[in-house]
Amino acid sequence: MTPMLNIALPKGRLGEKVLAMFEAAGFPCPAIHETGRKLIFENPEAGVRYFWVKPSDVAIYVERGAADLGVCGKDILLEYAPEVYELLDLQLGRCRMAVAAPADFRDSGRGALRVATKFSNIARQHYAARGRDIDIIHLNGSIEIAPILGLSDVIVDIVETGVTLRENKLAVVEEIVPISARLIANKAGFKFKRGPIDAIVREMAARTEEQV
Amino acid sequence: MKIDSQILDPAEALGCTLRALYRAHGYVHYRMSKFEEYDLYSRNKDFLVSDGVITFTDTDGKLLALKPDVTLSIIKNSRPLGDGVRKLYYNENVYRVSKGTNAFREIPQVGLECLGAVDDYCVGEVLWLAAESLRACAPQFVLEVSHLGLLKRFLETITDDPALTAALLQCIGEKNLHGITALCCANGIPDATAEPLRTLLRTDGSAAQTLPAVEALAEDIGAGAEAAAFRRALSIFDGYELQSQICIDFSAVSDLRYYNGVVFKGFLPGVPERVLTGGQYDRLMQRLGHAAKAIGFAVYLDALERLTPADAPYDADLLLLYDDSADPAALRACIAGYIAEGQTVCAARAAVPGARYRSKLQFRNGEVTAVDADA
Repeated sequence: MTPMLNIALPKGRLGEKVLAMFEAAGFPCPAIHETGRKLIFENPEAGVRYFWVKPSDVAIYVERGAADLGVCGKDILLEYAPEVYELLDLQLGRCRMAVAAPADFRDSGRGALRVATKFSNIARQHYAARGRDIDIIHLNGSIEIAPILGLSDVIVDIVETGVTLRENKLAVVEEIVPISARLIANKAGFKFKRGPIDAIVREMAARTEEQV
Repeated sequence: MKIDSQILDPAEALGCTLRALYRAHGYVHYRMSKFEEYDLYSRNKDFLVSDGVITFTDTDGKLLALKPDVTLSIIKNSRPLGDGVRKLYYNENVYRVSKGTNAFREIPQVGLECLGAVDDYCVGEVLWLAAESLRACAPQFVLEVSHLGLLKRFLETITDDPALTAALLQCIGEKNLHGITALCCANGIPDATAEPLRTLLRTDGSAAQTLPAVEALAEDIGAGAEAAAFRRALSIFDGYELQSQICIDFSAVSDLRYYNGVVFKGFLPGVPERVLTGGQYDRLMQRLGHAAKAIGFAVYLDALERLTPADAPYDADLLLLYDDSADPAALRACIAGYIAEGQTVCAARAAVPGARYRSKLQFRNGEVTAVDADA
């Protein structure tokens, strides 16, 4: 019997888009389109099992082998550096990781720069490469208010349209890295389920090229 | 005393099997202390798998460490080898930071090292023993093999900048072809320059199917000698019945500052991470002052826990309850009878809370009676 291909999908709009791509690659799952609160869906005929997980957890499911494939943002891959293969840039969910600060901000270089962020490792590496001493303030949300309340000098966060920044009187000071959704694979699963994974990569690569 | 192999847990049994395999090929058991001078690791930090090292001060003030690695200690204690090769195997615990918990873990490792005048046969033999080690774990395995000397030549066609080379190497390890493209673009390198490297990365599969294509790519960039060395190393598998499980895959990478020739990783179905890593590390030998070559690998026994069958559903087959009326010799004879039938027996006055037994019996006045399962 062919082993099931386990695929971790990120909950939300991005997940719906990539599900369509997986289904177009020959791995349909009618049950997943039924409304309900179930999180795991199987199609034994197609040899696939999908599950919806929190977007930031996709890489954990894949790294630990609970999922053979998954889709997650490059921000998560940079922040947590999971031991996975990054097979494709799906060009979906495009945004950028950036440093933002109040419009009148100027880094005098004196003292440690206070950086509020959810992405501590990305911020640390970014400033280490510049030799700038920083004090990381790890927050889990509402990062934009940190400079307004004097909690930090700058923030390091994902910027999509920039509307949230503008509404909080912040502006992008520096772009760190472009972000988009990536198709990732468990390293061992890739070795033993190569046929279906190759089919998915081929199909998704073709669709991605069409979009670009 | 005869040891019943059934009582060994799978990691112990595998450790014994691998030791026998290595001994049969002339590898000598290398024993070492749990401690090593910290200085050895601080000078070669990048060679270690994880950053953290458990340190403590010895009674004479010397800073010691609980070994995070075996290879460095073996090299450090290696004597001049002349034209010979020293073949060693080990079965040791190392202490590393676990990525998931960010806390130290004790990790059991079995592995081997071949040091000295390492030739093509020695490299091939180590590869073959790596494959056989994986086969001892599970019949369906994949040993992916790369050649850093050859890969380095492809990298040199793109850049000689160490930082960019390191970034490219990371992309190679992730099979991240789009990342290679993006790095070249960001550094003003024409996209076509990276195409041979990307093609090399896409060229993976069994050695028999893949090697000709790799050789053709290598010829195109003037790296025929490195490709020939790779073929010679893999020729040990000519006629090997599990040849299809030996795969060329250039995403198997290691640090170019330490490794140079073949590098390899082993995978088993059902285990999400590599269970074996190895490679040729002549550069590390040179850094540590040895004019000799070396190659070796380690099998991570902790990663094999996933292959372990589920725990037995019972603590023992029988719980034999006794009371003050029990004559010890008669009770012992009764137990011996059950053991002779192949059953496991726990004799006790009462069951321990939470313990599970297939059945419960009462031994009273020399008689055995069944106890109600719910009693």
